[in-house]
Amino acid sequence: MATDNTLHKKRRKRSLPLWVKGISNTVFTVAITMVGLLFVTFIIGRVMPIDPVLSIVGESASRATYDAAYQELGLDKPLFLQFFLFLWDIAHGDFGESLLTARPVGQDLIRVFPATLELATVGTIIGVLLGVPLGVIAAVKRGSWIDHVARVVALIGYSMPVFWIGLIGLLIFYGILGWIGGPGRLDIFYVDTIPSVTGMILIDSLLAGDIEIFKNAISHIVLPAGLLAYYSLAYISRMTRSFMLEQLDQEYIITARVKGLPESTVIWRHALGNVKVPLVTVIALSYAGLLEGSVLTETIFAWPGIGSYITTALLSADMNAVLGGTVVVGLVFVCLNIFSDLLYKYFDPRAK
Amino acid sequence: MSIPDACPQKQITWREWLTTDTPASRRQARLSVWYHSWLAFRSNLMAMFGLTILLALVLIGLFAPILAPQDPFAQDLAARLSAPGVNGYMFGSDSLGRDILSRLIYGSRITLYIVSLVALMAPVAGLFVGTAAGYLGGWVDVVLMRITDIFLAFPRLVLALAFVSALGAGIENAVLAIVLTAWPPYARIARAETLTIRNADFIHAIKLQGAGTLRVITRHIWPLCISSLVVRVTLDMAGIILVAAGLGFLGLGAQPPSPEWGAMISDGRRFILDHWWVATMPGLAIFIVSLAFNLLGDGLRDVLDPKKSSQ
Amino acid sequence: MSNLLEVQNLSVKFPTRNGIFEAVRNISFSLGRERLGIVGESGSGKSLTGRAILRLIKKPGILEADHITLEGTNLLQISKKAMRRVRGHKISMIMQDPKFSLNPVMRIGDQISEAYRLHARASKKDARKKTLDMLEKVLIRDPERVFRSYPHEMSGGMGQRIMIAMMLIPDPKILIADEPTSALDVTVQKEVLEIMDDLVRERGMGLIFISHDLNVVSAFCDRVLILYAGRIVETCRADRLHEAKHPYTIGLLNSIPRLEQPVEHLQVLQRDTAWNLEPSVSGVVADGETPS
Ligand SMILES: Nc1ncnc2c1ncn2[C@@H]1O[C@H](COP(=O)(O)OP(=O)(O)OP(=O)(O)O)[C@@H](O)[C@H]1O
Ligand SMILES: [Mg+2]
Repeated sequence: MATDNTLHKKRRKRSLPLWVKGISNTVFTVAITMVGLLFVTFIIGRVMPIDPVLSIVGESASRATYDAAYQELGLDKPLFLQFFLFLWDIAHGDFGESLLTARPVGQDLIRVFPATLELATVGTIIGVLLGVPLGVIAAVKRGSWIDHVARVVALIGYSMPVFWIGLIGLLIFYGILGWIGGPGRLDIFYVDTIPSVTGMILIDSLLAGDIEIFKNAISHIVLPAGLLAYYSLAYISRMTRSFMLEQLDQEYIITARVKGLPESTVIWRHALGNVKVPLVTVIALSYAGLLEGSVLTETIFAWPGIGSYITTALLSADMNAVLGGTVVVGLVFVCLNIFSDLLYKYFDPRAK
Repeated sequence: MSIPDACPQKQITWREWLTTDTPASRRQARLSVWYHSWLAFRSNLMAMFGLTILLALVLIGLFAPILAPQDPFAQDLAARLSAPGVNGYMFGSDSLGRDILSRLIYGSRITLYIVSLVALMAPVAGLFVGTAAGYLGGWVDVVLMRITDIFLAFPRLVLALAFVSALGAGIENAVLAIVLTAWPPYARIARAETLTIRNADFIHAIKLQGAGTLRVITRHIWPLCISSLVVRVTLDMAGIILVAAGLGFLGLGAQPPSPEWGAMISDGRRFILDHWWVATMPGLAIFIVSLAFNLLGDGLRDVLDPKKSSQ
Repeated sequence: MSNLLEVQNLSVKFPTRNGIFEAVRNISFSLGRERLGIVGESGSGKSLTGRAILRLIKKPGILEADHITLEGTNLLQISKKAMRRVRGHKISMIMQDPKFSLNPVMRIGDQISEAYRLHARASKKDARKKTLDMLEKVLIRDPERVFRSYPHEMSGGMGQRIMIAMMLIPDPKILIADEPTSALDVTVQKEVLEIMDDLVRERGMGLIFISHDLNVVSAFCDRVLILYAGRIVETCRADRLHEAKHPYTIGLLNSIPRLEQPVEHLQVLQRDTAWNLEPSVSGVVADGETPS
């Protein structure tokens, strides 16, 4: 069987240039994954105990109205046909209408997504800026107090429920100390006072040249983003540490020392240069994790992002909104995956 | 199971029998390996700490009726929102005047229930899928692994949310949703292990003796996958507790008045600024238990899988 | 002629679960502007000796010696910073396998010029020019292309030439070559050795050549130390190896196939734990004495 396989591969290699094969492979994998993702979502939608027809026409509708709506939704068609219709709609950005906002789910998602993106991005940036150096130092000073501190920091991060620590944070920094802005993205009287360009208030306020709003936005984002940053720091510092330990054992590190390079160059240029490669994947994973973590964080901080959107929709059985949100988050995950693959290839000369 | 090797002779102690370099039987050899692992594990303070907490949790769950000072559901509206230590509530009382300590004690049963169900179902599901894919290979492998990848592509919490919303809120549905999102990594691990074992000489030997596919998988491949799965499960438990608590917090897990810890936090959320203890106490409980699982998992990984150990 | 390097009572120890493991034990030798071979079987402590001279024994390893003197300075007494100026600048080392000892994600040109820029305080442009020169000296045909390449794009032989260029560019006084060719194909081994030999000769450097191959060493070096279990069991002139006295050396010699003296069976190496304790034999040329 093994020989069969290699023969097969050889034949294919000859017929197509390698990079074409690489790309078509990726595209194929991604396409399959996306369709699968949509299928799972579709099935979840069909299993729903809520009757989608009733929720449109209302309890008091006549039999005829009900049947008409039933047909309009395509529920009389076979399941696989329904799935293709579902795919067709989503390919056109049509996620149906939200019960709650009475607007197309697609539009809602475009409106709420930047808030989540802003939160997760700020969190990841802080997490990387602190987590990578912490991991490097923990590896270099292995067994020292700083290594133990880094380990405890990570363990706590892995063990704390984000919705709980968010509440405690609000209690302490907002309720007792009054250092930060409370829930929401801005104080209430600032809301909607600047034009929305990117949907990210930190950027929009700078574009509008309004420092006052920028500061206010900072005071609101600092706690939720700080919390998310802590989670990403916990993960990134651990992974950085173990990658670093692996690299510091390699022969080329000795070569670098033999050349007489200062320890800082050996660590930050030579070892970290190699750690960068696997770290890209870790950072992408952690970014995805933060997007997901935002579901709970946003409910605590009344942050009007995709997490809040999904949870509110859930509680009011707004199925189109839930499924739309799920699909979008899933797609973002897949895209992040592709992106980290590309970056990996960029950083690792061996992968080209 | 011959008697002589079950009862070591009088002059040698159990420890000597267990640590011998020359085991007399297969069983002694196996027990000896376990004993050595246990010795290594025991010297890891943090892991022992985690194990102790978890044992305590099990005992608390078992003896909840004896340990709890009050009925976890008994309301006393006159003493609602009492601070810790006031009115005889050691951890305070909640918005309906129920004793938070008693609710935490009974809540440990729910946590244990969720954890043990998930810990049983998810790895077993992963084991089925992974060994089938790895052993059978070919199309089965491709299809099963594609499906695994699709599930892996989903953000776990969001998928669990969608499942629960479809199935309806409740503990069993929450468990089911968590299992549905938790199995793929186990399938990956089981497949990887199977691939390395599949072509080992001893498997070929067993096949030559006429063992069927099913027998090879169940009797020879599964046992060898167990240790890596156990480590992974222990490490995942903390995350599972957090997801379960998150579902409870969102009102999608255990329903009121059940004393589930996540739901208790959600209950205390409204009072966080004035009555901090209502949300803080259950949060601490969740934190301690998942910390214990993390410590235990780290320790197990060091013992069972020294290559990937973090130390 | 004065000695470049003198090593007195060098030991390298590792704490282990069952007490201290002495990987190198009380080694003493000296090096002039000559080529000194260190031979011994795997695990005899050859590499550790080389690294100890550069003070590159990693924790928890312990390095002890009465002194390691380079041109009158005791390397054990200078600061870490001063030691870094010795590394690369005064003493450098070629490692065994270019596949692992070159940084995989850095361009070759950057890796070579890095050391030169550090020690010669040269500008980027000068360093580049010097690097290209150096690449040419190790007989690389297309230096410009190699300069821009990454290590994985090079063959083993090319990799080791790059290594030689990298270690010789700051113009050190002493080169330690730790089995520089044992990871290479037999066909390129000779080429690489010749390149190294020419450059070392041309610059009048001292060379410590570590190998487990007595044949290569006897052809290539002036003097040979035979290491067994961390001790020097014998020192002798390379051209008089056949007069060696120590049973281990004789055993090593007899386990090499010879075309001119074919034997039915190659001898199996006999070992004796007593060798661990006996004082070392000084062969035809006593330790410290320089060959004519
Ligand atoms: N970090 C370490 N900890 C414990 N023992 C070590 C360590 N590094 C080396 N040793 C031991 O020291 C001894 C000598 O090692 P060294 O690398 O010098 O051998 P060598 O003569 O270069 O062998 P080879 O020909 O295989 O390269 C070996 O037995 C090795 O196991
Ligand atoms: Mg060596």
